[in-house]
Order: sequence, then C-alpha cells, then structure tokens
Amino acid sequence: MWFKSYRMTFACLNRIKIYRYPWTRLYSTSRTTVDSSEVKTFLALAHRWWDEQGIYAPLHSMNDLRVPFIRDNLLKTVADHQPGKPLSGMKILDVGCGGGLLTEPLGRLGASVTGIDPVDENIKTAQHHKSFDPILDKRIEYRACSLEEIVEETTEAFDAVVASEVVEHVIDLETFIQCCCQVLKPGGSLFITTINKTQLSYALGIVFAEQIAGIVPKGTHTWEKFVSPEKLESILESNGLSVQSVAGMLYNPFSGYWHWSENTSLNYAAHAVKSGVQDHPVPDEFVFKGETEELRGQDSTNAGAQEELKK
Amino acid sequence: MIGGLCSGSAPKGGPSGAPSTLRVSVMAARLALSRWRAAPAAAGRGPLLSCRRWSGAKADTVYDVVVSGGGLVGAAMACALGHDTHFCDKKILLLEAGPKKVWEKLPETYSNRVSSISPGSATLLSSFGAWDHICNMRYRAFRRMQVWDACSEALIMFDKDNLDDMGYIVENDVIMCALTKQLEAVSDRVTVLYRSKAVGYTWPYPFPMTDSSPWVHITLGDGSTLQTKLLIGADGHNSGVRQAAGIQNVSWNYDQSAVVATLHLSEATENNVAWQRFLPSGPIALLPLSDTLSSLVWSTSHEHAAELVSMDEEKFVDAINSAFWSDANHTDFIDSAGTILQYAVAFLKPTKVSARQLPPSVARVDARSRMSFPLGLGHAAEYVRPRLALIGDAAHRVHPLAGQGVNMGFGDISSLVHHLSAAAFNGKDLGSMSHLTGYETDRQRHNTALLAATDLLKRLYSTSATPLVLLRTWGLQATNAVSPLKVRSLMALHESCSLRRTLPIILNFFEFFSEYLPHWL
Repeated sequence: MWFKSYRMTFACLNRIKIYRYPWTRLYSTSRTTVDSSEVKTFLALAHRWWDEQGIYAPLHSMNDLRVPFIRDNLLKTVADHQPGKPLSGMKILDVGCGGGLLTEPLGRLGASVTGIDPVDENIKTAQHHKSFDPILDKRIEYRACSLEEIVEETTEAFDAVVASEVVEHVIDLETFIQCCCQVLKPGGSLFITTINKTQLSYALGIVFAEQIAGIVPKGTHTWEKFVSPEKLESILESNGLSVQSVAGMLYNPFSGYWHWSENTSLNYAAHAVKSGVQDHPVPDEFVFKGETEELRGQDSTNAGAQEELKK
Repeated sequence: MIGGLCSGSAPKGGPSGAPSTLRVSVMAARLALSRWRAAPAAAGRGPLLSCRRWSGAKADTVYDVVVSGGGLVGAAMACALGHDTHFCDKKILLLEAGPKKVWEKLPETYSNRVSSISPGSATLLSSFGAWDHICNMRYRAFRRMQVWDACSEALIMFDKDNLDDMGYIVENDVIMCALTKQLEAVSDRVTVLYRSKAVGYTWPYPFPMTDSSPWVHITLGDGSTLQTKLLIGADGHNSGVRQAAGIQNVSWNYDQSAVVATLHLSEATENNVAWQRFLPSGPIALLPLSDTLSSLVWSTSHEHAAELVSMDEEKFVDAINSAFWSDANHTDFIDSAGTILQYAVAFLKPTKVSARQLPPSVARVDARSRMSFPLGLGHAAEYVRPRLALIGDAAHRVHPLAGQGVNMGFGDISSLVHHLSAAAFNGKDLGSMSHLTGYETDRQRHNTALLAATDLLKRLYSTSATPLVLLRTWGLQATNAVSPLKVRSLMALHESCSLRRTLPIILNFFEFFSEYLPHWL
C-alpha cells in the first residue's frame, strides 16, 4: 500500500526534479571523486533512508557510536560548551550525507551543518525530512553537489568535516582527502568511518551482509574500494592531517547495535586534525603534488588489488 | 494471567547471559515489527484519518516533548526533563485538565490523600529541587514497618540498624505544590497549559512519506492544534493516550475499595512506624503524619467501604481500633501451629527476634476526611510506540497494599529521563524507538514482577482458609526469623535499584514463595 503511494510520489518528484533543476548537470566538473555507478545504486534506495527498521537500520544505530565520537572529539577542542547544544557555533561539513542520518543529530547538538551528496534524491529526502523540524530547518543546509564543487567555492570554512561510510564509495581517495583538508579550518577535525580492506571484511561485509543476511542492500559495497587504516593514515599524514585516533567498530547483526572494539579488521573510525597555519603547504605546490600523488595513489590501489586477488 | 505476568519477570531472576540477551533482542525485533505495523492501523481507525490535512501546515508549534496529564507523575516528568542539562535547548509542554493549584500558605488540616515516598523517589524529587520544598512544607519519615496477620500471631518487622529512613509519608497536595514551584522555575523551557485537555491524537506513519508530518499531532479541547516529537502519556489508569494509540491493557477490578481518612491518635507518640494488618476482608494500614496524626488506608469490600464512609465518627473509630486489635479471626489450630514454628526457630536460633510492637490507638477522625475509591489492577501490554511513551498509572495500576503506586511512576520517570537525556546528548530523535524500547525493557521487568507479587499477596491474604493461613503464617514467621533472608533481600534491593528499597514486604514474599514453595510441595 505505502509502496504504491511512494512510487506515485516518487514519480512526481522526478518530474519536479526535471522541471525545476534542468541545470544540475552543468555543475559537474571533469575532476570528480563521485562514482556514477554508485550513484545509481543509492538513487534506487533514496526513499528508504528514514526507515529505522529498514535497510539502513545499521546506519541508524551506528549513530550511537559516531555521534559521541564526533561530539567528544570536538568538545576536547573547546573550553566550555553551552548545555543542551554542545556543538553550537561550529560549522560542520557532512560529505555524502545521504538522507541526513548523521547530519540531523549533529544539527540537534547545535552545530550548523552543510550536508552534501551527489545523489539528488538523497538530498531531496534529507531536505524533506528536516523541513518538519523548525530548528533543524535553520541549522542544516543540504546541497546536491560533490565535494569538489564546495572546494571551488570556499576553503578553510569548516571546523569539522565528516565523511562517514563514504570513502569506500569514492573513486579517488587521495583527491578526496585533499579536498576535505582544503575546506577545513587550520586545527579543524576530519572524521572518517569506513570498512577495512581485509579478507574478513570481504567475507562479512560483502558475502554475509549483502548476499546472505541481506543487512546491506546488494551492490552497496565494492571490496576493491575498501581502504585499510594504514593506507588511510598514510594518505592523511601526507596531506598535513595528523591522525589522533583510530578505533574499531563491530556490528552485532542480532542485537542491531554497534560496539567499539580494539579490532579494526572490519569497520573503523578515524579522527585527524589539520595542522596549524605555519606548516600548511603552499597552494600551488599542493595542487601539483596532489595530482601526482593522485596518479600514484591510483596505481598503488590497482597494484594492491591485483596482489590481493592473486592471493 | 498471573503466570503471564510472572513470565515477564523471569529474565530478572535467571542468569543474564548471552542467550537471554539474544532472545530478548529477537523478541524486541519482533515486537518492534508488530508495532510498526500496528501504527498505521491505529492511525487509520476512527476520526483521526481525516486530520491528515494538517500535515502540510507549518503554523502549529512543534514541541520536543508533550506530557499529557499533570498529576504527580506527569508534573514530575515535565519537571525532571525541564531540569535536565541536555534538555536546555528543548521545548516541553505539560497539559493539565485541572486548574493550577497554588497555596498562599500551607493549610492547617492535613489532606486525606497521602503517598508513601520511597528513598529512591525522594532522590528523584531532590534531583530537581522539589524535595527541598517538601521538606520546607511537611512530611513524616518512618523508620520501621510492621506487617502482621489478623488470622494468626505471625508478624514481620522491618527496621534498619543505622536509623536510615525507610520512607516518607507525604500529602499528595504537598508534592504537587512542590512540583508546581519547580515547574515555574523552568518556565522558559516547560510550558504548562492548565485547564486544557487533548481530545485527539494523530499518529505519524511508520516512516516519512512525502506529504505527511513525522510528528504526533494533538488537538486540544479548544480546537487548537500542536505537534510533538514525543508524547508522554501520564493521564492515569483510564489513559486517553493509551486508548488512542490502541495499546492493549490487561486490567481487572478488585472486589475492594480503599477507605482513606486522617486520624487523631489517643496520645502523642514518636509515631515513626508504618503499620499494616492483613484482615480477611483486606489490608488496613496506618501511616504516620505527625506526632498525633496518622493516615488510614483501609482496603475492604465495596459494601463495607460504603458503610465505613457513612457511619458516624465514633463507630468508625471503633471499627478501626478493633481492626488493629481484635483476635476474632484467630483459630486455635493456626495459633498452635504458629507457636510450634516459633519454638522451633527459638530452639535452632536462640537470637533475638524483633519483638511485636503495638499500634497506637485512634481517638477520633478528622471531619470530612473520609473518602473511598475502588481498586483495580492494570498493565499496558506496551509502554512505548514510535513517538509515544506511557508512564505511571497509564502504564500500570496497582493495589495500594504495598504503597508502591506513585513510586512505580517515579521509577518510570527516572528510567525514561535517563534514556531521553542520553538520547538528547547523542543528538537523537527523541521519539525514536531505539531508546524508548530501552525504557520499556527496564520498567516492564520491574513493574510486572511488582504487580504480580502485589496481586499474589492480595489474593493470599483475602482468605481465611486454614491451609493458606497456615502457609502464610509460617512464611511470614520464617522470613522474620531467618534474618539472613531478610538481610539478603534487603541487600539485593540496595544493590539492584534504590527505588526498590522500600519494597521489602513484597519482594521478601516474592522471593520467599518462589524459592521455598517448590521445595515444600
């Protein structure tokens, strides 16, 4: 019943989209970290974001870990905070916000959050969901764009950048991290949660979670794009971000809850801080260096993947 | 039904290992699923569907929490949320059908409606400053509790060596006044609408559709509407919120009414003991109010209650005194059986067993303080739904014999505030089932056990059949004699939950019967 009505509304939305935003495509740039096939996967599921019991249930319950992780690490940087809205006065960029599952809690904690996602439907779902809450409506801004577009408009604008369950979906991690770094204020925090690249993560993250148990929709993840904490750390450090902490996260599919763990072989969260103004690299050099490293990064990723496959 | 209730308490007794956690979570998942399905069905019923047209309207105020019902439990809930640091930024509304009650000064005469406040409840009240107001008005602490049987010599005595208070007898009006003062102190966060009542609720669809609001819509009696992210039903045992949500409620009326009155004692005493005697017609309790005053709660048959309320004052006082003093229900057989056990205990364990004390005699009753009301038991099958939580009598109604009704409600508040506060600090949607089910699990475990035990006690003591009298006589004597049992249950109470501290009667019995009865049979 609801499904039918959803399809109707959804079809209507699509029409509106075409009618109202015929120029969206113009914004895409040649240099992008967005994977178009991934976009299709998420487009098909855009309406399910806010179903707490639905396919995104693990992402809902992951908030019990990632929101305190972000909150507590950000609160370490300030002397005191306003009770009731501890993050007030902070500007946060939520990259790959999806339906706004993490954006809204951060907004509720008082931060002004910009949520971006390349999938139009995700942003519409997110926009629609927050519109019912007058407070969140003011604190949150959603935009259907890529991180690169934000970088073109503004740099050093955010106290924190959050990329939760996103880096395993981007094409070029190196560039992605560089962009994150560019929009961060000096001393700002980058938070990343993602899946490790291990045999266990293949077995549990893809074979079990997608094919057998159906916890995660099929085609959500590609193992080759998973990234190990060591690799992530080296990319972060080489871009002037000092890694503060890396913590493992374990999901219990029976209880539906996440737990912190010493073990980072499946999911993990990382917190890195952008170094101060003085040791910030010169922009020209930075872009040049970035491009070469991007190539190298891609090479090494491919090589790595081939090696793993051989094994 | 008792079996059904008991099964809810089973996980508490057993070792809480992984399998039970798994089972609970699977059950929870199933329950959640059924609830999600039930929600649209409930919304589709009745006149509510037509109200969907509001969904687009933005004019309604959106509250974070609306508490429906401003009685002791509802007002305390609003107060507790209003004083919580993580709720500083939230908008809370309390709906109360009655007028605002304010006193210029404390009335001379004591009110006939009093509550026994456990130390746990007092801790909750002091957490938001209401207990200080109560202390500045009036209350009476009791340090001992004596419970005894009208059909035998059996008695059980609870006291604490360290002279801690076991509980406090406070007039409901005094608690209400303290809560009102504390609500005024947080008027920037908590709005109170007196003389207003919700007449209609519209529940949101399980998850958002394009055109529907995700909040609960409330229509007030004057036709105005408002929205809330979380609705807390604290509107008593006939809860309109519970009915509107279509939540099943197990309930039955007891064949008893409670008679309350304010009594003057013959002479001034220390008056720090709570007395309760189980008569075949029902328990009678005398609760201290001051050196010369006590409050009566007498549960008895409807006819007898009506008679007690209408009889002249002298006869009423005589009836109370004889209820506490008469041996008319004793039989020789039970007396000798009791004496034998007493001897056996004395022989095996020649230590001091707390001596029987005598209750004070009553001189007269306060004019116009007599009143009676029917008693019943009720328990909601679910305490929570998406964007809805039930607390207090809306979720559970209990016989007053253990004096736990309001304490269970305050226990609900402690638990719910704990879960909501954590949710707010984690930036969660307050109406999300993920933390509401945590509240439900905590409280249902506690409340069903208590409800079942109270009901069992009520039934066990409503008879004068010899085998049952003998059983309860020995049970009470043994529990009183075996101090390790008493100590242990008290210890367990202290450790597990402070709110249970004043439930020794109930839980002693519960533990005693559940552990020892199978061995005898």
